[in-house]
Amino acid sequence: MSVESVGQKTAVEAQRPSGVSGVVADWSSDQRSFKSASWGKTMMWIFLVSDTFIFSCFLVSYMTVRMSTTVPWPNPSEIFALDIGGKKIPLILIAIMTFDLITSSGTMAIAVNYAYARERRKAALMMLATAFFGATFVGMQAFEWTKLIQEGVRPWGNPFGAAQFGSCFFMITGFHGFHVSMGVIFLLIIARSVWRGDYDRAKPGFFTGRRGRYEIVEIMGLYWHFVDLVWVFIFAFFYLW
Amino acid sequence: MTALAHASSAKSRSTPGAAVHGQQHPIALYLLVWVLLFVLSACSYLVDYFNFHGELRWGLIILFMLLKAGLIVAVFMHMAWERLALVAAILVPPLAVLVFVGAMALEGGYTNITRQVFFAAATQSRAVEH
Repeated sequence: MSVESVGQKTAVEAQRPSGVSGVVADWSSDQRSFKSASWGKTMMWIFLVSDTFIFSCFLVSYMTVRMSTTVPWPNPSEIFALDIGGKKIPLILIAIMTFDLITSSGTMAIAVNYAYARERRKAALMMLATAFFGATFVGMQAFEWTKLIQEGVRPWGNPFGAAQFGSCFFMITGFHGFHVSMGVIFLLIIARSVWRGDYDRAKPGFFTGRRGRYEIVEIMGLYWHFVDLVWVFIFAFFYLW
Repeated sequence: MTALAHASSAKSRSTPGAAVHGQQHPIALYLLVWVLLFVLSACSYLVDYFNFHGELRWGLIILFMLLKAGLIVAVFMHMAWERLALVAAILVPPLAVLVFVGAMALEGGYTNITRQVFFAAATQSRAVEH
Protein backbone atom coordinates (compact mmCIF):
# COMPACT_ATOMS: atom_id res chain seq x y z
CA MET A 1 0.00 0.00 0.00
CA SER A 2 1.46 3.33 -1.02
CA VAL A 3 1.36 6.74 0.60
CA GLU A 4 -1.61 8.04 -1.40
CA SER A 5 -3.85 5.12 -0.40
CA VAL A 6 -3.12 6.01 3.23
CA GLY A 7 -4.45 9.48 2.45
CA GLN A 8 -7.62 8.01 0.96
CA LYS A 9 -8.05 5.71 3.92
CA THR A 10 -8.11 8.69 6.25
CA ALA A 11 -10.92 10.21 4.17
CA VAL A 12 -12.91 6.94 4.39
CA GLU A 13 -12.22 6.71 8.09
CA ALA A 14 -13.62 10.19 8.67
CA GLN A 15 -17.04 8.97 7.47
CA ARG A 16 -17.10 5.84 9.61
CA PRO A 17 -18.74 5.85 13.04
CA SER A 18 -16.61 5.32 16.14
CA GLY A 19 -17.30 3.49 19.41
CA VAL A 20 -19.53 0.41 19.57
CA SER A 21 -21.43 1.24 16.36
CA GLY A 22 -17.98 1.58 14.76
CA VAL A 23 -17.13 -1.99 15.85
CA VAL A 24 -20.34 -3.24 14.19
CA ALA A 25 -19.63 -1.21 11.05
CA ASP A 26 -16.04 -2.44 10.86
CA TRP A 27 -16.78 -6.11 11.54
CA SER A 28 -19.71 -6.23 9.11
CA SER A 29 -17.53 -4.60 6.49
CA ASP A 30 -17.23 -6.15 3.04
CA GLN A 31 -13.68 -4.79 2.85
CA ARG A 32 -10.88 -4.78 5.41
CA SER A 33 -12.23 -5.06 8.95
CA PHE A 34 -9.64 -2.93 10.70
CA LYS A 35 -9.92 0.36 8.89
CA SER A 36 -7.07 2.08 10.71
CA ALA A 37 -4.64 -0.86 10.46
CA SER A 38 -2.94 -2.06 7.29
CA TRP A 39 -2.61 -5.77 6.50
CA GLY A 40 0.96 -5.75 7.74
CA LYS A 41 -0.02 -4.38 11.12
CA THR A 42 -3.09 -6.63 11.36
CA MET A 43 -1.01 -9.73 10.67
CA MET A 44 1.52 -8.73 13.33
CA TRP A 45 -1.35 -8.32 15.82
CA ILE A 46 -2.75 -11.74 14.89
CA PHE A 47 0.70 -13.25 15.45
CA LEU A 48 1.02 -11.46 18.80
CA VAL A 49 -2.41 -12.67 19.98
CA SER A 50 -1.38 -16.26 19.09
CA ASP A 51 1.91 -15.71 20.92
CA THR A 52 -0.07 -14.48 23.92
CA PHE A 53 -1.78 -17.87 24.04
CA ILE A 54 1.56 -19.69 23.86
CA PHE A 55 3.06 -17.71 26.74
CA SER A 56 -0.25 -18.05 28.64
CA CYS A 57 0.00 -21.84 28.30
CA PHE A 58 3.54 -21.79 29.71
CA LEU A 59 2.60 -19.59 32.65
CA VAL A 60 -0.62 -21.52 33.37
CA SER A 61 1.19 -24.87 33.31
CA TYR A 62 3.84 -23.36 35.61
CA MET A 63 1.05 -22.30 37.98
CA THR A 64 -0.48 -25.79 37.85
CA VAL A 65 2.74 -27.68 38.65
CA ARG A 66 3.66 -25.19 41.36
CA MET A 67 0.25 -25.48 43.01
CA SER A 68 0.09 -29.26 42.75
CA THR A 69 3.55 -30.21 44.04
CA THR A 70 3.89 -31.25 47.67
CA VAL A 71 7.65 -30.58 47.63
CA PRO A 72 8.60 -27.02 48.75
CA TRP A 73 9.10 -24.57 45.87
CA PRO A 74 12.53 -22.86 45.74
CA ASN A 75 12.49 -19.20 46.80
CA PRO A 76 13.23 -17.15 43.62
CA SER A 77 14.12 -14.12 45.71
CA GLU A 78 17.11 -15.99 47.16
CA ILE A 79 18.02 -18.00 44.06
CA PHE A 80 18.28 -14.91 41.87
CA ALA A 81 20.15 -12.89 44.49
CA LEU A 82 23.64 -11.66 43.71
CA ASP A 83 26.61 -10.89 45.95
CA ILE A 84 27.51 -7.27 45.38
CA GLY A 85 30.20 -5.76 47.61
CA GLY A 86 29.95 -8.68 50.01
CA LYS A 87 26.21 -8.07 50.49
CA LYS A 88 23.55 -10.43 49.19
CA ILE A 89 20.92 -8.40 47.29
CA PRO A 90 17.73 -10.32 46.46
CA LEU A 91 16.54 -10.54 42.86
CA ILE A 92 18.89 -7.77 41.77
CA LEU A 93 19.87 -9.28 38.41
CA ILE A 94 16.21 -9.64 37.41
CA ALA A 95 15.56 -6.02 38.41
CA ILE A 96 18.45 -4.84 36.21
CA MET A 97 17.17 -6.99 33.32
CA THR A 98 13.70 -5.48 33.74
CA PHE A 99 15.01 -1.91 33.63
CA ASP A 100 17.15 -2.78 30.61
CA LEU A 101 14.14 -4.15 28.70
CA ILE A 102 11.96 -1.15 29.60
CA THR A 103 14.68 1.15 28.30
CA SER A 104 14.82 -0.80 25.04
CA SER A 105 11.06 -0.37 24.71
CA GLY A 106 11.46 3.37 25.23
CA THR A 107 14.10 3.71 22.50
CA MET A 108 11.94 1.59 20.18
CA ALA A 109 8.92 3.87 20.65
CA ILE A 110 11.11 6.88 19.85
CA ALA A 111 12.47 5.08 16.75
CA VAL A 112 8.89 4.68 15.44
CA ASN A 113 8.35 8.40 15.94
CA TYR A 114 11.50 9.33 14.01
CA ALA A 115 10.68 6.83 11.25
CA TYR A 116 7.27 8.41 10.59
CA ALA A 117 8.93 11.83 10.69
CA ARG A 118 11.28 10.46 7.99
CA GLU A 119 14.35 11.25 10.05
CA ARG A 120 15.91 7.99 8.97
CA ARG A 121 19.37 8.35 10.55
CA LYS A 122 17.87 9.11 13.97
CA ALA A 123 15.35 6.27 13.57
CA ALA A 124 18.12 3.80 12.63
CA LEU A 125 20.26 4.89 15.59
CA MET A 126 17.34 4.47 17.98
CA MET A 127 16.73 0.98 16.56
CA LEU A 128 20.40 0.14 17.02
CA ALA A 129 20.15 1.32 20.64
CA THR A 130 17.10 -0.95 21.05
CA ALA A 131 19.04 -3.88 19.58
CA PHE A 132 21.94 -3.09 21.93
CA PHE A 133 19.70 -3.17 25.02
CA GLY A 134 18.06 -6.35 23.72
CA ALA A 135 21.43 -8.03 23.24
CA THR A 136 22.46 -6.89 26.74
CA PHE A 137 19.31 -8.52 28.11
CA VAL A 138 20.13 -11.81 26.38
CA GLY A 139 23.70 -11.53 27.72
CA MET A 140 22.46 -11.14 31.29
CA GLN A 141 20.13 -14.09 30.75
CA ALA A 142 23.06 -16.19 29.55
CA PHE A 143 24.88 -15.21 32.78
CA GLU A 144 21.81 -16.16 34.83
CA TRP A 145 21.49 -19.54 33.07
CA THR A 146 25.22 -20.28 33.52
CA LYS A 147 25.03 -19.47 37.24
CA LEU A 148 22.01 -21.72 37.76
CA ILE A 149 23.42 -24.59 35.72
CA GLN A 150 26.62 -24.39 37.79
CA GLU A 151 24.51 -24.58 40.95
CA GLY A 152 22.99 -27.81 39.62
CA VAL A 153 19.62 -26.62 38.30
CA ARG A 154 18.41 -28.91 35.50
CA PRO A 155 15.13 -29.30 33.59
CA TRP A 156 14.51 -32.44 35.67
CA GLY A 157 15.63 -31.23 39.08
CA ASN A 158 17.53 -28.83 41.31
CA PRO A 159 19.14 -28.82 44.75
CA PHE A 160 16.71 -26.22 46.19
CA GLY A 161 13.41 -28.12 46.13
CA ALA A 162 10.65 -29.03 43.66
CA ALA A 163 12.03 -30.54 40.45
CA GLN A 164 9.46 -28.63 38.33
CA PHE A 165 11.26 -25.38 39.12
CA GLY A 166 14.02 -26.26 36.67
CA SER A 167 11.78 -27.20 33.77
CA CYS A 168 9.57 -24.12 34.23
CA PHE A 169 12.58 -21.82 34.49
CA PHE A 170 14.34 -23.06 31.36
CA MET A 171 11.14 -23.30 29.33
CA ILE A 172 9.71 -19.87 30.17
CA THR A 173 12.86 -17.75 30.26
CA GLY A 174 14.30 -19.73 27.35
CA PHE A 175 11.31 -19.06 25.12
CA HIS A 176 11.30 -15.40 26.09
CA GLY A 177 15.04 -15.10 25.47
CA PHE A 178 14.54 -16.69 22.05
CA HIS A 179 11.94 -14.02 21.24
CA VAL A 180 14.34 -11.27 22.31
CA SER A 181 17.16 -12.78 20.22
CA MET A 182 14.98 -12.96 17.09
CA GLY A 183 13.87 -9.38 17.75
CA VAL A 184 17.49 -8.21 17.90
CA ILE A 185 18.22 -9.85 14.53
CA PHE A 186 15.17 -8.31 12.85
CA LEU A 187 15.90 -4.92 14.44
CA LEU A 188 19.37 -4.98 12.88
CA ILE A 189 17.98 -5.96 9.45
CA ILE A 190 15.34 -3.21 9.45
CA ALA A 191 17.69 -0.61 10.97
CA ARG A 192 20.04 -1.26 8.03
CA SER A 193 17.22 -0.65 5.52
CA VAL A 194 16.15 2.51 7.35
CA TRP A 195 19.75 3.80 7.46
CA ARG A 196 20.21 3.19 3.70
CA GLY A 197 16.96 5.00 2.91
CA ASP A 198 15.25 1.94 1.38
CA TYR A 199 11.87 3.18 2.56
CA ASP A 200 12.38 6.65 1.09
CA ARG A 201 12.81 4.93 -2.29
CA ALA A 202 9.99 2.39 -1.53
CA LYS A 203 12.41 -0.46 -2.16
CA PRO A 204 10.85 -3.92 -1.64
CA GLY A 205 11.03 -4.99 1.98
CA PHE A 206 12.62 -8.04 3.60
CA PHE A 207 10.97 -11.40 2.68
CA THR A 208 8.62 -9.71 0.19
CA GLY A 209 8.31 -8.08 -3.23
CA ARG A 210 6.04 -5.36 -1.84
CA ARG A 211 7.24 -1.80 -1.63
CA GLY A 212 8.73 -1.06 1.77
CA ARG A 213 7.23 1.68 3.94
CA TYR A 214 8.22 3.24 7.22
CA GLU A 215 5.26 1.45 8.78
CA ILE A 216 7.56 -1.59 9.06
CA VAL A 217 9.29 0.21 11.95
CA GLU A 218 5.99 0.47 13.80
CA ILE A 219 5.24 -3.22 13.09
CA MET A 220 8.71 -4.14 14.38
CA GLY A 221 7.96 -1.96 17.40
CA LEU A 222 4.75 -3.90 18.13
CA TYR A 223 6.79 -7.12 18.30
CA TRP A 224 9.43 -5.53 20.50
CA HIS A 225 6.96 -4.00 22.96
CA PHE A 226 5.19 -7.36 23.13
CA VAL A 227 8.43 -9.02 24.28
CA ASP A 228 8.67 -6.35 26.99
CA LEU A 229 5.01 -6.96 27.86
CA VAL A 230 5.55 -10.71 28.27
CA TRP A 231 8.47 -9.97 30.60
CA VAL A 232 6.11 -7.93 32.82
CA PHE A 233 4.07 -11.09 33.40
CA ILE A 234 7.08 -13.38 33.78
CA PHE A 235 8.59 -10.93 36.28
CA ALA A 236 5.37 -10.87 38.31
CA PHE A 237 4.49 -14.57 38.22
CA PHE A 238 7.82 -16.33 38.03
CA TYR A 239 10.20 -14.11 39.96
CA LEU A 240 7.95 -12.35 42.48
CA TRP A 241 5.61 -15.25 43.36
CA MET B 1 -7.37 12.74 -7.45
CA THR B 2 -4.19 10.71 -7.46
CA ALA B 3 -2.22 13.76 -8.48
CA LEU B 4 -3.78 15.67 -5.61
CA ALA B 5 -2.93 12.94 -3.15
CA HIS B 6 0.59 12.91 -4.55
CA ALA B 7 0.85 16.64 -4.08
CA SER B 8 -0.26 16.42 -0.46
CA SER B 9 2.07 13.51 0.30
CA ALA B 10 4.97 15.33 -1.36
CA LYS B 11 4.19 18.32 0.80
CA SER B 12 4.06 16.24 3.94
CA ARG B 13 7.37 14.66 3.00
CA SER B 14 8.96 18.05 2.79
CA THR B 15 7.95 18.88 6.36
CA PRO B 16 9.45 16.20 8.57
CA GLY B 17 8.14 16.19 12.11
CA ALA B 18 4.61 17.16 11.13
CA ALA B 19 2.00 14.58 12.16
CA VAL B 20 1.40 13.19 8.67
CA HIS B 21 0.04 9.68 9.09
CA GLY B 22 0.71 6.54 11.05
CA GLN B 23 1.14 6.36 14.80
CA GLN B 24 3.11 9.48 15.54
CA HIS B 25 2.93 10.90 19.04
CA PRO B 26 5.03 13.34 21.05
CA ILE B 27 8.34 11.94 22.28
CA ALA B 28 7.67 13.60 25.66
CA LEU B 29 4.74 11.20 26.12
CA TYR B 30 6.98 8.19 25.45
CA LEU B 31 9.55 9.51 27.91
CA LEU B 32 6.83 9.96 30.53
CA VAL B 33 5.67 6.36 30.06
CA TRP B 34 9.29 5.23 30.23
CA VAL B 35 9.75 6.97 33.61
CA LEU B 36 6.44 5.57 34.88
CA LEU B 37 7.49 2.02 33.89
CA PHE B 38 10.75 2.52 35.77
CA VAL B 39 8.91 3.68 38.89
CA LEU B 40 6.35 0.84 38.71
CA SER B 41 9.11 -1.77 38.22
CA ALA B 42 10.99 -0.32 41.19
CA CYS B 43 7.78 -0.58 43.23
CA SER B 44 7.22 -4.24 42.34
CA TYR B 45 10.89 -4.93 43.10
CA LEU B 46 10.46 -3.28 46.51
CA VAL B 47 7.50 -5.58 47.23
CA ASP B 48 10.03 -8.42 47.13
CA TYR B 49 12.84 -6.45 48.79
CA PHE B 50 10.70 -5.59 51.82
CA ASN B 51 9.40 -9.17 51.81
CA PHE B 52 5.69 -8.37 51.95
CA HIS B 53 3.47 -11.41 52.41
CA GLY B 54 -0.04 -12.63 51.82
CA GLU B 55 -2.78 -10.58 50.23
CA LEU B 56 -0.81 -7.33 50.45
CA ARG B 57 2.02 -8.87 48.39
CA TRP B 58 -0.33 -10.30 45.77
CA GLY B 59 -2.47 -7.20 45.54
CA LEU B 60 0.57 -4.99 44.97
CA ILE B 61 2.27 -7.37 42.50
CA ILE B 62 -0.86 -7.66 40.35
CA LEU B 63 -1.63 -3.94 40.61
CA PHE B 64 1.86 -2.92 39.39
CA MET B 65 1.83 -5.65 36.74
CA LEU B 66 -1.50 -4.50 35.27
CA LEU B 67 -0.47 -0.83 35.34
CA LYS B 68 2.78 -1.65 33.50
CA ALA B 69 1.05 -3.89 30.96
CA GLY B 70 -1.62 -1.24 30.41
CA LEU B 71 0.93 1.50 29.79
CA ILE B 72 2.92 -0.63 27.33
CA VAL B 73 -0.16 -1.71 25.37
CA ALA B 74 -1.94 1.66 25.40
CA VAL B 75 0.95 3.99 24.61
CA PHE B 76 3.94 2.03 23.27
CA MET B 77 1.74 -0.27 21.15
CA HIS B 78 -0.57 2.67 20.29
CA MET B 79 -3.71 0.81 21.36
CA ALA B 80 -5.16 4.03 22.80
CA TRP B 81 -5.37 5.46 19.27
CA GLU B 82 -6.60 2.37 17.38
CA ARG B 83 -10.20 1.76 16.31
CA LEU B 84 -12.36 -0.04 18.89
CA ALA B 85 -12.93 -2.96 16.46
CA LEU B 86 -9.18 -3.73 16.46
CA VAL B 87 -8.82 -3.17 20.21
CA ALA B 88 -11.69 -5.59 20.92
CA ALA B 89 -10.33 -8.22 18.52
CA ILE B 90 -6.98 -8.12 20.33
CA LEU B 91 -7.95 -7.71 23.98
CA VAL B 92 -11.11 -9.83 24.30
CA PRO B 93 -9.65 -13.27 23.31
CA PRO B 94 -6.87 -13.19 25.95
CA LEU B 95 -9.55 -12.56 28.60
CA ALA B 96 -10.81 -16.09 27.84
CA VAL B 97 -7.46 -17.29 29.19
CA LEU B 98 -8.69 -16.26 32.66
CA VAL B 99 -11.25 -19.09 32.49
CA PHE B 100 -8.39 -21.46 31.68
CA VAL B 101 -6.39 -20.06 34.62
CA GLY B 102 -9.36 -20.67 36.93
CA ALA B 103 -9.86 -24.22 35.67
CA MET B 104 -6.19 -25.09 36.05
CA ALA B 105 -6.03 -23.51 39.52
CA LEU B 106 -8.87 -25.83 40.61
CA GLU B 107 -7.09 -28.76 38.97
CA GLY B 108 -3.76 -27.87 40.62
CA GLY B 109 -5.38 -27.58 44.05
CA TYR B 110 -7.16 -30.91 43.60
CA THR B 111 -3.97 -32.69 42.51
CA ASN B 112 -2.19 -31.22 45.53
CA ILE B 113 -4.85 -32.54 47.91
CA THR B 114 -4.80 -36.05 46.42
CA ARG B 115 -1.00 -36.09 46.58
CA GLN B 116 -1.06 -35.05 50.22
CA VAL B 117 -3.71 -37.67 51.05
CA PHE B 118 -2.11 -40.59 49.22
CA PHE B 119 1.59 -39.94 48.56
CA ALA B 120 2.67 -37.74 51.46
CA ALA B 121 0.94 -40.10 53.94
CA ALA B 122 2.53 -43.12 52.28
CA THR B 123 5.98 -41.51 52.48
CA GLN B 124 5.44 -40.77 56.18
CA SER B 125 4.25 -44.29 57.00
CA ARG B 126 7.24 -45.76 55.17
CA ALA B 127 9.48 -43.44 57.19
CA VAL B 128 7.89 -44.78 60.39
CA GLU B 129 8.34 -48.42 59.30
CA HIS B 130 12.05 -48.05 58.60
